[in-house]
Amino acid sequence: MSALSLPTLLPVLATIGLNHYIAVAGMLFVIGFIGVLLRQNTLVIYMSLELMLNAATLAAVAFSRYNGTMDGNVFVFFIITVAAAEVAVGLAIIVALFRKRHTVQVEELGTLKN
Amino acid sequence: MSDALFYIFATLTLASAILVVANRNAVNSAVFMIVSFLGMASLFVLLEAYFLAVIQVLVYAGAVIVLFLFIIMLLDVKGGDRQKFRPITAIAAMAAGALLFTGVGVLFKDAALQVAAPAGPGVGSSLKDFGALLFTRYLLPMQVTGFLLLIAMIGVIVLSKRFDAPKQGPTA
Repeated sequence: MSALSLPTLLPVLATIGLNHYIAVAGMLFVIGFIGVLLRQNTLVIYMSLELMLNAATLAAVAFSRYNGTMDGNVFVFFIITVAAAEVAVGLAIIVALFRKRHTVQVEELGTLKN
Repeated sequence: MSDALFYIFATLTLASAILVVANRNAVNSAVFMIVSFLGMASLFVLLEAYFLAVIQVLVYAGAVIVLFLFIIMLLDVKGGDRQKFRPITAIAAMAAGALLFTGVGVLFKDAALQVAAPAGPGVGSSLKDFGALLFTRYLLPMQVTGFLLLIAMIGVIVLSKRFDAPKQGPTA
């Protein structure tokens, strides 16, 4: 009877552990995923992609902390760097695309369709 | 205390991420993205990765989103989405998202991961450890990342260079 405390009844209220961080990272990933699928503005799609990348970095840092190593943190350092370079190149591509087509709505960029 | 902080920052991050996705205006989405990045940096601080929290704010919230805002305002998008997406797309997206989250949840539901607070104070909280690892074991990826940044810069310059109209062919 002494074990009927609130963290036992509701496991989510226990001390913050790895599962909580993974749940947050997973939800962030899913939010970015839904944003990529639903939005039509290319720039907002790109921002949702960055959200997914951020979710992965959060998961990596959480694992690195809970395993007591530093490798996850160093890997996240590289992920942030590569993501910044990727954003620069991707936005340059979007600007070049806008110059040709004069739109950034994905619905109107369908010339590759049959 | 840190439990309450975790919930506050996690809610802030997720709420602003939802607002990024669900906002009509692209500039509003970018600003909410900044809030989301600040929430993520706070979560990094809770995970004792202080250097990464600062890097997150400096690089992501300070450079990447600023670049996004420049491009959004440069392209002069009028009004945002036309809200033409069909209901089937919304249903499919929500179903895929729910499946993804269920997949992640099932993976971590009964796993033998420690739920208690992690052992060891500050395994990654000193910059010296970070630098030592970066310059000994991860030296090659660091140098390659330097090259990658150079190549990205060259690529951006080439992609955004406005070429003149091509000259007439040798028909005359």
